[in-house]
Amino acid sequence: MSQPDFSHDGIRTARGKAFRYLFMLCALLSILTTVAIILTLLVDAVDFFAEISLVEFLTGTRWSPTNEPVAFGVLPLISGTLVITVGSALVALPIGLLTAIYLSEYASERRRAYLKPALEVLAGVPTVVYGYFALVYVTPALDTFLPLSTFNALSASIMVGIMIIPMVSSISEDAMSAVPDSLRQASYGLGATKFTVSTSVVVPAAVSGIFSSFILALSRAIGETMIVAIAAGQTPRLVDVTDPAGLFLNSIQTMTAAMVQIGTGDIVGQGEAYKSLFAVGLTLFVITFAMNLVSELVASRYREEYR
Amino acid sequence: MATDTPTDTDFGQVSRTKDVAFRLLALAATLVGIVSLAALLANVAVDAVGWLNWGFITSPPHPDPYEAGFLPALVGSIAIMLLIALITFPVGVGAAVYLEEYANDGLLTRFIQLNIANLAGVPSVVYGLLGLGLFVGLLGFGYGTVLAAAFTVALLILPIVIISAQEAIRAVPDSQRQASYGMGATKWQTIRNVVLPRAMPGIMTGTILALGRAIGETAPLIMIAAPTTVFGIPNSFESKVSAMPLQIYTWASYPETEFQYGVVAAGVVTLLIVLLTINSIAIVIRNRYQQRT
Amino acid sequence: MMSRDSTASLPTAVGRRDFLAAAGVALSGSLAGCSSILATEGDQVNIAGSSTVFPVTEAIGSAFSEEYPTINVSISQTGTGGGFGNFFCAGRTDINNASREIADAEIEQCGKNSITPIELTVATDALTVVVNPDADWVDCLTVEQLREIWSADGAERWSDINDDWPDEEFELYGAATTSGTFDYFNEAVLGEDVNHRSDYYATERDRTIVQGVRGSEVAMGYFGFSFYSENPNSIKAVSIDDGNGCVEPSIETAMSGEYTPLSRPLFIYVAKESLAEPAVRDFTRFYIERAATDLVSEVGYVPITEEKRDEDLERLEEAIEEVTA
Repeated sequence: MSQPDFSHDGIRTARGKAFRYLFMLCALLSILTTVAIILTLLVDAVDFFAEISLVEFLTGTRWSPTNEPVAFGVLPLISGTLVITVGSALVALPIGLLTAIYLSEYASERRRAYLKPALEVLAGVPTVVYGYFALVYVTPALDTFLPLSTFNALSASIMVGIMIIPMVSSISEDAMSAVPDSLRQASYGLGATKFTVSTSVVVPAAVSGIFSSFILALSRAIGETMIVAIAAGQTPRLVDVTDPAGLFLNSIQTMTAAMVQIGTGDIVGQGEAYKSLFAVGLTLFVITFAMNLVSELVASRYREEYR
Repeated sequence: MATDTPTDTDFGQVSRTKDVAFRLLALAATLVGIVSLAALLANVAVDAVGWLNWGFITSPPHPDPYEAGFLPALVGSIAIMLLIALITFPVGVGAAVYLEEYANDGLLTRFIQLNIANLAGVPSVVYGLLGLGLFVGLLGFGYGTVLAAAFTVALLILPIVIISAQEAIRAVPDSQRQASYGMGATKWQTIRNVVLPRAMPGIMTGTILALGRAIGETAPLIMIAAPTTVFGIPNSFESKVSAMPLQIYTWASYPETEFQYGVVAAGVVTLLIVLLTINSIAIVIRNRYQQRT
Repeated sequence: MMSRDSTASLPTAVGRRDFLAAAGVALSGSLAGCSSILATEGDQVNIAGSSTVFPVTEAIGSAFSEEYPTINVSISQTGTGGGFGNFFCAGRTDINNASREIADAEIEQCGKNSITPIELTVATDALTVVVNPDADWVDCLTVEQLREIWSADGAERWSDINDDWPDEEFELYGAATTSGTFDYFNEAVLGEDVNHRSDYYATERDRTIVQGVRGSEVAMGYFGFSFYSENPNSIKAVSIDDGNGCVEPSIETAMSGEYTPLSRPLFIYVAKESLAEPAVRDFTRFYIERAATDLVSEVGYVPITEEKRDEDLERLEEAIEEVTA
């Protein structure tokens, strides 16, 4: 693609070079952004960990950043985040996968042309709107037959789940469409039905892409902020896994919601609570970054597989 | 899978039924998200009726739901968005041109590419912390100002702008570049006269869609300490700014029925209308210029 | 140049040129918009602080901005302490909403940054304890019972307080620690030696407490009277017994002083130095002039007396004279 510059006109070359470096600077800005994110998080997080040990932070079971006696155990927040992640995964993974199968194996070209943009809309609705929906429509509707708290993990999980369906479906569908048609034809030739071909040939062949979509979607759920801040509550508690129902029916607090809560009061302070914001932020960043990286690496593998 | 037993009809029947059932299940799964969202949107649209009126659009917020308005949030969102466009467009296009036209397929390029993909997945609340530490803290843009808000959200959508601009540039046929080189044009002339004009509709579409994403962002604004409520429209870059999603977040906590199923619904519908308008503009640009080429 | 242009870019020449023209118009339009935004700099009034005082300031701010549309007023709900520590005494805001008096440490912090806080009373509040209307077993609580419920390592279940009450865990909603309401409740109910519990839903967004309490029979919460009076049907206010029998929270009992220990004054603090700016001056005058009117009782607090208002206005004018002289 790249073409050698045969021009010997000095000014031209100089100008061409100048633009080249200018554009390169723009591209490098993205690396600078990553560095800036890591540095901003690290500077205050390091300060924080000078006072609160990493072990205390990672294994503590009480989160009370401003209320005496203060405690900075992140486990309650991580457990809250896990509840939302598992809840939304239960909604989005099966639905997203089935959607991908439908779009790739069953839907006609015309139908796909309508369905795909419609699905993308799900990811395009601002999350604050989803949060509002969860609080004022979903929770009251579910409350008619479930003993729900006003702020609960259930409606928030459902909404987060709906929001991430298109992430699962579009990447999985890409992977399924990349499966060579010869594989399908071979199975049909053996008398297999579409169901069999879909579940026993296409899905296994596209499994790395599907896996990649799952990871990416879960990473989105972990980082989702507004839906949980509005609808899931602000009660940092270590969830009790022996009581799965109570886990979803009550108010919890995720890492992101805790950040919003501290953010509204202690935002420009210099105290421990302010610094804890960056420690939680760093934890969140490390988790999601690792997941995105894994997803990206797996995805690039499947892209190579069938190309 | 296949079987060589001749008496296969029953089995075939079962698997056919299963096939139909599965097909319906997959279709239902495809529709469930869309239908749920449609139902919720219908609900909010009905609730907004009577509340979304001229007074709502042109008044400042008020504790009395019948007097509450959305003007500062609406204007604030648009002001932030324009500034974001001015920041992200040149930088995004520049980065895309470098990656598509100049960069070789070396380690650095692949690293940049991977990094951009990863940045697109960083939670928005983390970008808020970046804005808080960098723009509010280090660079002194002031807490919750138009400037701090725009720069923070600009960084957030930049990866999306770059990725879509790259796709648009990649779609320009290589033959056109070759033709330009054949005429003795330099690389920069080729980019300026051939590549960018051909790719521009695609770039614009991608950028505008990214702006649609920007206008709905709330968490980064909270983290840069944007105020709960603003009563005037921004009168400088250093003005404290409100934005539509922030005002919705503030109002969502008001327990009165008139707020929950009235004022907030009107705010949500306004936000969605603006979002829809932005996306329609993007689609119009795409369709118009796709046909010409 | 012209010819090279049109040949190099082959079929798109026309489309491209009017596209660029359109883009140019859009760009210059937005730039013009930006520069007109820049033109009217200044005219800001920035407020942070108590969420209890927020409804009063919100009502005043809304009325003010209709009279002075070019002045940009902003309010952040950060809690009284969050407001003083992070915004007001750091020189980031002009005014702080406060549901308690400024603390000595905060005066010191302000002093270090050469900020002189001026205290102005804007209303009286009856800090209100609320439960779900279906919680028919409780109408009145003693201060001692409140202390048991809200202290760290205190009661877990309703039945821990009274054997006749349900054997259900409390679902507690209260003010965040940055809040003056938290500080006031802590001081008036718990005292110095007892810590406020931390396993409750803590928020600066008081209205979410209403949402929470009306959603659960075993819930309890506390906040400024305004948030109760906005919603008298969906939540129930509990009377408080401070040793002289049960007194229900209301504008009357707060005004008469019967409602102890939870009735309290609400303030705004304005930085004397900020009064040099006309916008802050106008806003503060506007505020105090209306603090003795129905505007405050409509929000759900007790307006200050006219004498108090005149006294505050006088102090305000003195301060204004000093900084503008």
